[in-house]
Amino acid sequence: MAMEGRDFTAAAFYAYLQEGRFMGVRCRDCGWLAAAARPLCPACHGGAMEWHQFSGRGWLRTFTCISVVPAALAAQGYGRDNPYCSGIVELAEGPRISARIRGVDAANPQTIPPGMAVTLNLAASAAGKRPGLVFEPAVG
Amino acid sequence: MATSLTAVKRRQLGRPVSIVGAGMSHFGAFRDLTSRDLFAAAFQDLRTNLDPGIAVSDIEAGYIGNYSADLFEGQGHTAPILADWLGMTPTPVTRIENACASSGSALREGIMAIASGVYDVVLVGGVEKMTNLPTEGVTDVLASAADGLYEVPAGLTFPGIYGALAKAHMDQYETSLTHLLKVGIKNHNNGALNPKAQFNTTLRDMMQRRIARAEQRGEPIPDWREEMDFLNDDRANPWIAWPLRLYDCAPITDGAACVLLTAAEIAPNFTDKPVQIAGTGQASGRPLHDAEELTSLAAARAAAAQAYAMAGVGPADIQVAEVHDCFTIAEIVATEDLGFFAPGAGPRAVDEGRTARSGDRPINTSGGLKAKGHPVGASGVAQVIETFHQLRGAAGPRQLPNPDLEWGLTHNVGGTGGTCVVHILRRE
Repeated sequence: MAMEGRDFTAAAFYAYLQEGRFMGVRCRDCGWLAAAARPLCPACHGGAMEWHQFSGRGWLRTFTCISVVPAALAAQGYGRDNPYCSGIVELAEGPRISARIRGVDAANPQTIPPGMAVTLNLAASAAGKRPGLVFEPAVG
Repeated sequence: MATSLTAVKRRQLGRPVSIVGAGMSHFGAFRDLTSRDLFAAAFQDLRTNLDPGIAVSDIEAGYIGNYSADLFEGQGHTAPILADWLGMTPTPVTRIENACASSGSALREGIMAIASGVYDVVLVGGVEKMTNLPTEGVTDVLASAADGLYEVPAGLTFPGIYGALAKAHMDQYETSLTHLLKVGIKNHNNGALNPKAQFNTTLRDMMQRRIARAEQRGEPIPDWREEMDFLNDDRANPWIAWPLRLYDCAPITDGAACVLLTAAEIAPNFTDKPVQIAGTGQASGRPLHDAEELTSLAAARAAAAQAYAMAGVGPADIQVAEVHDCFTIAEIVATEDLGFFAPGAGPRAVDEGRTARSGDRPINTSGGLKAKGHPVGASGVAQVIETFHQLRGAAGPRQLPNPDLEWGLTHNVGGTGGTCVVHILRRE
């Protein structure tokens, strides 16, 4: 499917994710990058965006382990006795993005190393009715 | 995109504006009260406190902060509904929605409406009725103040984003879980002196009541000796969004607050102790993942710079401040963003007692959002009310001992820094 043909919308961002591609945007005027889809560049205020594929590699900048959970995650079995981890990932390309962090012991947050290298799990990110970025500790 | 925080153009109000009266409902969980009942109670309190009173027909406009009566109560278009309940129609009233900074923003709109010369007398208030929903529902409504396209799908909740901010602060500075809990202890000590507060009690008294209840029921008696033992007990003080526990979070609250603003030239018609709006500032910020720093709210720094410039004062001049402690970490970050302490020095100031009522930089003498309660749309104006009382020497048992209080500041945040509103008040 033609990359250039899609509007820079969250719908397109998540559709790409479900097709197995982590696509953000790049400003053709100033090179500003975002791991999200947006039509206007907040850096130079231009409107010449293009899709940009991200590697899915990065490091865990900060995180939280959530025990009082929103309804959507309660429906997946998370809650007081089964917290989950979410955090902010700084991508290898520079931008930061919020994401679920899996493959860590969310019930014991002190075991999660700050600055841990992480990679995107595309299949997990695209799963279910509500896609959302899911990162895991990088292997090796 | 870089915002210059130091080179702020100095703006002035078109003419001076004063606060002449204030009123609040009790803050708490009130099953049978709606927004309009709470707002009516706040307005009645204002009228009772205003010596010459105020004829409803003398109020020329209203600006009312309300985050989400739509989702909390199924009631939209709240401003005229509230106005009708006060008998204020056909006076124009406008609802202002900026998440938890709704009424700070409403205050700013009211100030500017008077400064513009269009009105002389304006009612500004805020209200939120939150306890109709179970905690899970409230969590969802509050999360809708975050970025619904990229933060919420990542599982982040409102406490979750502040938890991530707290973790970043802990990684970057010497901030500990103990520092966070000490903010809560301090604010509950203040709330214990505030009869309008949701938690009109110290954490030590709460702990001792729990122990007494266990004894009465013949249950195992907790071995807490100090507040910190109680606060570090995972059962008494469960995790909400690590590193934040229950008592790091402001409660879910019903409440309303309002103030009466007038052009300064007519303020003496209402009171002999008006309080002047010396500075107002407001700024917008980005989601935490796009913030310049993960340990600071850029909008707070920008709003403070505007307000300081307008007032012609700096952080060292501020003698009392109410800051937006929706979470304990938020108070620490606020005291750094406002320039009271250097970045990373907030936790040590807590350790040293500098932010207590007995300290050199008293913060949240009302109990803050933490103990006074946080009806989100009302909190900004409630902060202004505490500062108004302190500057007039009318804060009762919470009154600061300094007889020369002249400058106060309020800091009201919407979401996780999407909005910040700062006001500087001066005793006239």
